[in-house]
Amino acid sequence: MEVVFYIAAIVAIISTVLAITRLNAVHALLYLIVSLLSVAIVFFVIGAPFMAALEVIIYAGAIMVLFVFVVMMLNLGKKATDMEKQWQRGGMWVGPSILAAVLIAEVAYLVSSPATAVYGSTVIEPKQVGIVLFGPYLIGVELASMLLLGALVGAYHLGRRTPEKTEK
Amino acid sequence: MASVPMHQGLLLAGILFSLGLVGLLVRRNVIFMLMSLEIMLNAAGLAFVVAGARWGQADGQIVFLFILTMAAAEVSVGLALVLQIYRRFKTLDSDAVSEMRG
Amino acid sequence: MLHLLWLIPAFPLASFVVLATLGKRMPRKMVPVFGAGSIGLSAVVTSLVGFSFLTSPPPGNSFTQVLWTWIDVGGFRPDIAFYLDALSLVMVLVVTFVGFLIHFYSAEYMGEDEGYSRFFAYMNLFVASMCTLLLGANLLLLFLGWEGVGVCSYLLIGFWYRKPENGLAARKAFIVTRVGDTAMTLGLFLLFDKLGTLNIQDLMHQALVQWPVGSTLPVVAGLLLLGGAVGKSAQLPLQTWLPDAMAGPTPTSALIHAATMVTAGVYLIARTHVLFSIAPQAQLAVAIVGAATLILAGFSAITQSDIKRVLAYSTVSQIGYMFLALGVGAWSAAIFHFMTHAFFKALLFLGAGVIIESLHHEQDIFKMGGLRKEMPVAFWTFLAGACSLAGLPLITAGFYSKGLIIWDTWSSTRGSSVLWVAAVLGVLLTSLYTFRLIFLVFFGEMKTKVHKRPGFAMMMPCVVLAVLSVVGGFVDTPEFLGNIHSFSDFMHLALPPITERPLRGMTEIGSEALVTLVFLIGLGVSYLLFIKRRDLAEAITAPAIAKALHRFWYTDWGMDWLYERVFVRPIVWIARVDKSDFIDYIYSGIALITELLYHGVRRTENGRMRWYAAGIAAGSIIFLTIVLFL
Repeated sequence: MEVVFYIAAIVAIISTVLAITRLNAVHALLYLIVSLLSVAIVFFVIGAPFMAALEVIIYAGAIMVLFVFVVMMLNLGKKATDMEKQWQRGGMWVGPSILAAVLIAEVAYLVSSPATAVYGSTVIEPKQVGIVLFGPYLIGVELASMLLLGALVGAYHLGRRTPEKTEK
Repeated sequence: MASVPMHQGLLLAGILFSLGLVGLLVRRNVIFMLMSLEIMLNAAGLAFVVAGARWGQADGQIVFLFILTMAAAEVSVGLALVLQIYRRFKTLDSDAVSEMRG
Repeated sequence: MLHLLWLIPAFPLASFVVLATLGKRMPRKMVPVFGAGSIGLSAVVTSLVGFSFLTSPPPGNSFTQVLWTWIDVGGFRPDIAFYLDALSLVMVLVVTFVGFLIHFYSAEYMGEDEGYSRFFAYMNLFVASMCTLLLGANLLLLFLGWEGVGVCSYLLIGFWYRKPENGLAARKAFIVTRVGDTAMTLGLFLLFDKLGTLNIQDLMHQALVQWPVGSTLPVVAGLLLLGGAVGKSAQLPLQTWLPDAMAGPTPTSALIHAATMVTAGVYLIARTHVLFSIAPQAQLAVAIVGAATLILAGFSAITQSDIKRVLAYSTVSQIGYMFLALGVGAWSAAIFHFMTHAFFKALLFLGAGVIIESLHHEQDIFKMGGLRKEMPVAFWTFLAGACSLAGLPLITAGFYSKGLIIWDTWSSTRGSSVLWVAAVLGVLLTSLYTFRLIFLVFFGEMKTKVHKRPGFAMMMPCVVLAVLSVVGGFVDTPEFLGNIHSFSDFMHLALPPITERPLRGMTEIGSEALVTLVFLIGLGVSYLLFIKRRDLAEAITAPAIAKALHRFWYTDWGMDWLYERVFVRPIVWIARVDKSDFIDYIYSGIALITELLYHGVRRTENGRMRWYAAGIAAGSIIFLTIVLFL
């Protein structure tokens, strides 16, 4: 199963790289979905099957579908792709890449401690997650529900078509 | 189940996070920036789950759940904003919308 | 009843708070209700307390009311506490009663002024501070009141702040008194350092126990306190601020710069009389300061042409008498003169206010005249005050208080014939300038038309004070004139009587007769010069030397000229030279760096979201690096 982890990790990295470099938004979204699915596999491998399921259903499912809807609504087409090409100049990648390289180096340095803790031997069942979630973390659940409600109201308010006359 | 050294998982999370960061900084299109944000959030969640698995506790997964909730809320509001921006400015260029000047 | 003591300063303070916060919004008619009413309440409380003090004297003839501990740090533990004895009772009674009359007067006098509520707020704060000064049981609380009255004096001198010269006069008063206050502060430090307390009664007790008579420390402490008293009471050499302080509204001059605040120095010395009695040199200094001031200010008063400045110099001169009395150990005589002076000088200022108001704000006495027939009430009240000031024999209060001082100057062991001669000369000067003022303002021909007559609120206090100026002296009369000693006896509850020396060749009746004679000479000379033979007066001032002398006295012996050259200009010069020293470079350097940083940081504020994100990311990475590798 270790092999599965590595394969999934490599797929995730490659598809993420592709996702952030695509010019066409729909293409990028598809690569992103692939990336998310491979992360779901990683979850499964390290013993979090419930999270893997949620990753597929909510991230790769609901959220990405939201993106697709918006892209479709905007109906960007070829003109947008050309513009993206215009925006993507080589020099732009240098600074952020250096930042990212430093960050990765530091994380690598951080986690390369000699004590190699091994994990994934135990699977945490959805039941356990549920017990903890609705036990000590009940307040968090309530807060999350408030957050979602707020997001719902906010998204509705921002998303509706305002009549022209109210605009300045 | 496989026995993977913990730092492999954390390293993966770090790489994904950095890629998201690069995407955020490089892309000018607001939609791509939102997608990069999703990548970064997902990477952070991955790190939590990995850490939770290291100790065999459910807490890491709980935090991932919360991150998921937050990502959903953020994306819905963010995308609504994208629509609004596109309506007003007829573009998705974040630099063109630079009215947030102090 | 004695427990109501704290209400005396509390009423004016509360009224000050109300007027300062709501004064602009309340109807104009309400302002004097608060302003004068609070002082009236204070006066009533003072009478109640005084009545109780007289009928059932507290043990030791003093009463201390401790309200709370003010500060408690390292053995230094002054209380907010009030101390009542005969001395502070008399002072507070005079302050609240005269203060009430003046507030009553102000209700009409300031009626048209736009700063109506501001005026009353300041005046109330003044009375509150003055009562704190008088009642404070320790020197620190006394000093709080001391500074409080100083601030109010400053605020009220500069009350009409739109005129720059008023602001200048206010600043002068504040800065000159500050010189004295610095000395006083040093005195307080010294007393606390050596005796370990600031509670006045403990302090006096400790001084008596620890310091032998005539040793250095009490002399130094006494001289430092005298410095504070000299500044506040406008005595030589710090008297220059008081004549300029006449820029304030006339009721202010009456209350602060004549009746009450300027006598704070007298109170301070009387309060710490034990200290001065063990420091004969310091006490002699008090006497010399008083004698010199009363003569110098008398000469200056003769030459002034502004009615308020005449009165101001006369105030300086009369406080000189009080200092002289303190200096020869005639404590109760000083307080007696303080009381009568408060009556007649407040009256004179209020009368001057009436005249000034009636004559289109004309203050030059040479442009007045003939007001005797036009304003009879003002004339008679003013005359009563003036006679009391000059010491018209037998019937006025001033005669008794001044006569007592002059006699004590002769008969006290600490007195001397030189001081006595100075005091008698002062009578001549007082009589001269007082009747010069009366003759010029009320007699002769009319030079300015009366355009407005004062109302009841302005005349009533004048009448009351006129009565007091006449009868106020009958509480203490010499041996051959009824031999009443009620005031002295009362004062001796708090202050020791004088120690008489063996008398040589002078009796009390002889002294009084001489004073009367000198008074009559002054009256006669000024009648001759200002009524009978005006040409003679001009003939006297005609020669160059007389003109120069006149000018010299008119400018207060050239004090302002001297101080301008000795102190003000060098300091201004040093300040100008030192304007940009190296310390300034530090501050301007900080400003420069801040400005450069601002220009740098401003560039990052470009409205581009990705820049901000990059900034956040770079910052996080830097911190991560620091945590990891450092």
